[in-house]
Amino acid sequence: MTTQVTYPANAYPVPEEEHHDPGENTLFGFWLYLMTDCLLFASVFATWGVLYFATDGGPGPKELFELDYVAIETAALLVSSITYGFAMISAHAGRKGGALFWLAVTFVCGLVFIGMEINEFHHLIAEGAGPQRSAFLTAFFSLVGMHGLHVTAGLLWMIVMMIEVSKRGLGGKTLTRLGCLSMFWHFLDVVWICVFTTVYLMGAL
Amino acid sequence: MKDRASSLVRGGILLLLTVVMAGCKNGVLDPKGQVAADVKSLIITATLLMLIVVIPVIVLTLVFAWKYRASNTKATYTPKWAHSTKIELVVWLVPCLIIIVLGTLTWRSTHELDPYQPLKGVAGEEDPLTVEVVSLDWKWLFIYPEQQIATVNKLVIPAHRQVAFKITSDSVMNSFFIPQLGSQIYSMAGMETKLHLIADEPGTYDGFSANYSGGGFTGMNFKTDALASEADFDAWVEQVRAGSEPLNQARYEQLAERSINHPVETFSDVEPGLFTSILQQYMTMPSEGEEGMHGMEMHEEASTHGQESADADKQHLAQE
Amino acid sequence: MFGKLTLDAIPYHEPIIVITLAVVGLVGLFVAASVTKMGKWGYLWREWLTSVDHKRLGIMYIILALVMLIRGFADAVMMRTQLAVATGGSEGYLPPEHYDQIFTAHGVIMIIFMAMPMMIGLMNIVLPLQIGARDVAFPFLNNLSFWLAVGGAVLINISLGVGEFAKTGWVAYPPLSGLSYSPGVGVDYYIWALQISGLGTLLTGVNFLVTVFKMRAPGMKLMDMPIFTWTCTWANILIVASFPILTAVLGMLTLDRYLDFHFFTNEGGGNAMMYINLFWAWGHPEVYILILPAFGIFSEVISTFTGKRLFGYKSMVWASGAISILGFIVWLHHFFTMGSSANVNAFFGVATMIISIPTGVKLFNWLFTIYRGRLRFAVPVLWTLGFMVTFTIGGMTGVLLAVPGADFVLHNSLFLIAHFHNTIIGGAVFGYLAGIAFWFPKATGFHMNERLGKAAFWFWQIGFYVAFMPLYVLGFMGMTRRLNHTDNPLWEPWLYLAAFGAGLILIGVVCQLVQLFVSIRDREQNKAEGDPWNGHTLEWSTTSPPPFYNFASTPIVEGIDAYTTAKEKGYAGWRPEKFAPIHMPRNTSAGILMAGFLTVMGFALIWHIWWLAGASFVATIVTLLVRAYDDDVDYYVQPDEIERIEGSAAGAKVAEQV
Repeated sequence: MTTQVTYPANAYPVPEEEHHDPGENTLFGFWLYLMTDCLLFASVFATWGVLYFATDGGPGPKELFELDYVAIETAALLVSSITYGFAMISAHAGRKGGALFWLAVTFVCGLVFIGMEINEFHHLIAEGAGPQRSAFLTAFFSLVGMHGLHVTAGLLWMIVMMIEVSKRGLGGKTLTRLGCLSMFWHFLDVVWICVFTTVYLMGAL
Repeated sequence: MKDRASSLVRGGILLLLTVVMAGCKNGVLDPKGQVAADVKSLIITATLLMLIVVIPVIVLTLVFAWKYRASNTKATYTPKWAHSTKIELVVWLVPCLIIIVLGTLTWRSTHELDPYQPLKGVAGEEDPLTVEVVSLDWKWLFIYPEQQIATVNKLVIPAHRQVAFKITSDSVMNSFFIPQLGSQIYSMAGMETKLHLIADEPGTYDGFSANYSGGGFTGMNFKTDALASEADFDAWVEQVRAGSEPLNQARYEQLAERSINHPVETFSDVEPGLFTSILQQYMTMPSEGEEGMHGMEMHEEASTHGQESADADKQHLAQE
Repeated sequence: MFGKLTLDAIPYHEPIIVITLAVVGLVGLFVAASVTKMGKWGYLWREWLTSVDHKRLGIMYIILALVMLIRGFADAVMMRTQLAVATGGSEGYLPPEHYDQIFTAHGVIMIIFMAMPMMIGLMNIVLPLQIGARDVAFPFLNNLSFWLAVGGAVLINISLGVGEFAKTGWVAYPPLSGLSYSPGVGVDYYIWALQISGLGTLLTGVNFLVTVFKMRAPGMKLMDMPIFTWTCTWANILIVASFPILTAVLGMLTLDRYLDFHFFTNEGGGNAMMYINLFWAWGHPEVYILILPAFGIFSEVISTFTGKRLFGYKSMVWASGAISILGFIVWLHHFFTMGSSANVNAFFGVATMIISIPTGVKLFNWLFTIYRGRLRFAVPVLWTLGFMVTFTIGGMTGVLLAVPGADFVLHNSLFLIAHFHNTIIGGAVFGYLAGIAFWFPKATGFHMNERLGKAAFWFWQIGFYVAFMPLYVLGFMGMTRRLNHTDNPLWEPWLYLAAFGAGLILIGVVCQLVQLFVSIRDREQNKAEGDPWNGHTLEWSTTSPPPFYNFASTPIVEGIDAYTTAKEKGYAGWRPEKFAPIHMPRNTSAGILMAGFLTVMGFALIWHIWWLAGASFVATIVTLLVRAYDDDVDYYVQPDEIERIEGSAAGAKVAEQV
């Protein structure tokens, strides 16, 4: 036991209160949230797998899905991911106009995606293949619809961000938020690729 | 402190003994059939095995707490001692060894006690009595397809002969359980679960639903009469057949309506295929069926059969 | 206009409920009147309800937990007395209609609204202090999480007086919980109470993970973190990984009930087994979310009160991790009797048993922490020893239930009820009570009354054995759970004994309430120093209660047990020549408002008041946006202010150096 007071080298002197970068925390926290969202989708995917054959005498995937249509939908979403990437490049370079332009393009692509999805749903329900028809359709509408709701939320968020960028410019806080939305948007893209593969491709083929 | 502690241990051991003694009078530790007897010996073996660790842990807790109390300044005190590879090795290895033994026991007993497998080396191995069981709100329907009779809230079987139960539900989930004969299994709509039991002694045993199913759940029980001989059983069957009421679709629908503490009923004749039709009204999968959920293999319950939906059938259950 | 809600929803004809409501109303009125009389509404709003300070939120979580403990415990007493009265053909005083709501509410309340808030409350108070942080990563979210938990609790309590609660058991298995078999609003209360509080829990999990990974004091490596912080971290990982599954499965049940979907219905090809699988894929990890932090508390208590370092720190960390990961692959043991093949059942049975290995290791490590120590029998230690004895028995019966062959006769029996109360009370609750006794002086600045604390412990401990050992016996005798009345003379003595045991626990709970009252009354005589127990970790290095910024200067961390090291090396209580400004978040009313709107939304959805549901959802979003564009959310505490606060606290620090 030493009687002499020894300070660890790393601690002294303490010149400035260490300032945690809140942006970094936010991005990490948002990433964690996305992981939980991923598990939400995983649960619904698992249910989709279980209920896949439970058509209850109603129409199955082969009768219902039109791959060409969904391919265009998918293309719209994939392109929107790329354009969001351009928006982020502009934002980091401090080009406000560029960022706003690419956000708007992304928004339009997302709107096309959602519009096409709503149209598809409308079509199916009109044909009598709504979610109440069978467990299979319940799972289909829930899985695709949950993704659709996420995209809708993303679009609303994008409107808010466009207003924020145009009014406040590209400050640190705004960049962090754009970064969060960027992760969210790309995440939805990845989820959609899973949806497209397991629901439409595997269903229709 | 010490007195309290040691009396706690003594109390615990005493209680444990009482548990075993009391359980012997009735219930699952008073087996009247081979399955229940096997389960009982499994429970005892597993418990003894675990006591190898459990008793030393409890004793050491009390001994250490007493010996190393702050007022006992004679005991060794090593404030910085926080690691010993030897001890850590032992504390990981001992539980591991016990779990290896217990795990092996579990693996073997789970396969031996699989309720879907017919019992081996018992009377009726070749020729089990088949009983179809339907859980309703809130009563049990037993259909004897070979005898073409049915009962409600009373099960009659011959002792010394294996009984093969086929179980489903025309309502919510229940669990079919006769503790003194052994295992239980869920009854679920649109699914057929299986259970094999045998009574090795004649007698009357309690049976009930072991899964809560709503307001009338408490009254959802039945007596199981295990009759001494096949002749007695045949005589009982004849007696039931002599009754006047048959069970057809219309009568069944009446029976399926909600009722609490339903009295015992017998039916002299049963419409053939009633059980299958109850089962199939909820079966909606095409025949090649899917393996199960999560890649988990289920028994073949969700196999083939028709695709008719049964929305209309449920109308009467929708509201009380 | 009001959806399904009419005046008939209020159960005037149930005297028990009316009396309960009257008592709750009177207590509420009394509290409101006292606050008004003392003129404290403004203080309450500014300093507590809108606070983003993790310590205050922690205290409020624990108050919520205690209130709900009383509610859940009242349910328990009613169940035990009903079963003691309703024997030999008697129907008792609670008809199934009411009784079935009580056992459902008891389960939901005790797990979601008692155990979870108590655990999260302790974590809130202690964890940021232990890692030398000023607050959590997202203080506003932390406030929101708390109010979401309150919102869920409010909904479940409203169900007492408006409508009904679920009559399905706390697991709410479909098809029983589907619209066909549960047409009332009970299950909807269940769904929305769980969804709203579950959202709060999920946010807490994310918040504390970011806190632990990003906000540790410089020098604190992950393997230097105090063991309680570690076990909380594992629990938070489990929260983040399992609560989304609950959200999903409740969402599906909602769609079945509200939009006639066919996830779990008998008709249309629904598959109720999927619900059961998903529910337990959340439900089993949930058990470990409750117990792991308790394990951490026991470790802290034992190492502090033996005056020793924790034996096998690394083993403890990895054992907790192993429990967390294994906790995810055992869910099927909740339904061995569903008809899975022998291979599947055996796999899940063996996987479950494997969990007992790391758990056993933990017990041995606590034993060897006591070994060659100097154990002081303070109240937290009593809870810990009581736990070690009791939990071992609960663990043994748990492993027995994990043997599928044995489970085939013990499943759903009172043996199971005894088992999980044995682990949840003897494990989690004893742990939280130890934690409260241990950290109470830190959070409040004064000690709890020791004698009443000890009395409470003995009544709880003995009451526990008297109440639950009979249930093991009854399980062996073939008594299944959730029965409303019984007619078996052999069971009667055991049912009486169990009711008596519940009475003993009741005395224990009363002791604790009196203890709380006495301790607050005598607070001036029982002032606690910063380090009353000679602690190992950083929370003891600051004053009791800590200043709102926790530490005047960033703490120094060298290895595990940073504060013990500081005391040994002589730099404990060190303060810099000049303080640096401290960056702190401002209090905000956005959390309570958002949670309030969401609770109204839940209520509106339960009663199908669609316009109100829509309006309150929009209000939630608007509040969020207003908060997001409020730039005045933080400030700096200036050095002279710190100097002033620390000046008054310096006395305490100097004293402890002597």
